[in-house]
Amino acid sequence: MADHPLPELTPLSEPYWKALDQGHLVFQRCTCGHAWLPPRLQCTACLGDDWRWERASGRGRLVSWVIYHTAYHEAFRSRVPYNVAIVALDEGPRLITNILAPASALARDMPVTLAIKREQGFALARFRPA
Amino acid sequence: MRGNIVIAGIGHTAFGKLPGRDTVSLNVEACRKALADAGVPKDAVDAVFVKTPTSSRELMYGQKLAEALGLQPRMGCAFDQGGAANVTGIMLAALAIEAGQCEVALVCYADNPRTGSRAVYARPRGDDAAYGWFSTAAGYAMLHQRYLLDYAPLPEAFGHVAVACRANGAANPNAQLKLPLSMEQYLAAPWVVEPLRRDDCCLVSDGGAAIVVMSARRARELGVRQPVPILGFGQGQTSWEVVQRPELTSTMAATAARTAFAMAGLAPKDVDVAQIYDCFTITVLMTLEDYGFCKPGHAAGFVAEGRIAAGGDLPINTSGGLLSETGMPGLQLVLEGVRQIRGTSTMQKKGAKVALVSNQGGTMHTHATLLLGA
Repeated sequence: MADHPLPELTPLSEPYWKALDQGHLVFQRCTCGHAWLPPRLQCTACLGDDWRWERASGRGRLVSWVIYHTAYHEAFRSRVPYNVAIVALDEGPRLITNILAPASALARDMPVTLAIKREQGFALARFRPA
Repeated sequence: MRGNIVIAGIGHTAFGKLPGRDTVSLNVEACRKALADAGVPKDAVDAVFVKTPTSSRELMYGQKLAEALGLQPRMGCAFDQGGAANVTGIMLAALAIEAGQCEVALVCYADNPRTGSRAVYARPRGDDAAYGWFSTAAGYAMLHQRYLLDYAPLPEAFGHVAVACRANGAANPNAQLKLPLSMEQYLAAPWVVEPLRRDDCCLVSDGGAAIVVMSARRARELGVRQPVPILGFGQGQTSWEVVQRPELTSTMAATAARTAFAMAGLAPKDVDVAQIYDCFTITVLMTLEDYGFCKPGHAAGFVAEGRIAAGGDLPINTSGGLLSETGMPGLQLVLEGVRQIRGTSTMQKKGAKVALVSNQGGTMHTHATLLLGA
């Protein structure tokens, strides 16, 4: 089977993926209060760089999703149909993820909760219906 | 500056599969034809604005093209605003002419993803490829899905857009796809990325197009036969990636249109015919709403009444659009707007006085609006 595509670790993104590996979803929060994902060096609200990693509750809501019926990568060939979703965390940041549920169980703004799952040993932030 | 600047000439290559042609050669052919259409000698050109090819990035593309055109322009640039780049280029040309920086500008675009590489359209979307997040289509599918969740339109709403564009393309001898589509065929087609069906998605095409922009005064001096005045333009840049966007079913297209209508002193009700960027059918529904042709969530009713079809009060994409004429990102829509004002479209709206063109790029990341008039 083909290798699963995995994130490229950079000095900026490594703490995010390391935290997931240890069982925690984290996001960045600036001293101005703004919170975000994915990792970036400066706050988009105040443009400052005085931010820290903060642990997320793991709760969020489902914003939208799509269903892939054909695979764009060898590693997903055996998984179709599979979903890719946007989840908005209760703390504000949004991320691309998968919902561990059949398409028929997905609904607008449904509450979801973090379910860390591994691909080739690498921890990913997936979600399941809350 | 309403009406001070005109589109003096239009030109394009064949659309479809054009093996053995690089993008510079396609641009040169389109520019040659646009200059011939304007009746303007090449030596009159002193500016070249070109959108960089989507399917392959090249350094100094603007200079490569100017060299191939045998020009040393006073002004020019190669730039990227996705599919909004063409109307953006026309804006840059118009503003530069008004400011005395140049007099006669070529605005052009060419690409060859059909015979070359279309990898960009199937690309992994950064680190999120780990979740299976691939392709251009999937980003639009995400918008389409949220639109379904918010407004619950029937799938036929999207089908009406595809059916109307395909009917217009079938009547256009230059269209890449001259195959009309029935609603039954639309609904029965397979998913690309659900909720996108096959015919929600535009073509992938080789080809090029160009226009000549100058002041109305210069057009008179040069004896241009059919100059089409630019009445207004505007831009709006949503910028946020789809996943980060706080609002998924509306974009800065609203701002682009408001700016263009204010400049032209016109309102949506004054538009006779519209070329609405149709890379995916959801883009058309959202643009109709953002532009004020109908209220948010009401585009389904608007298109179901037959208003956007040929013979309706707001026919759209009268040469077939991206869904049927060519998948080229946007300049073909400007050419068709010019034909409507000249009265030479293959799906002519009788007595059209105001033609609207929308351009958008990325996954509705950026938007530009153009109003042309008699």
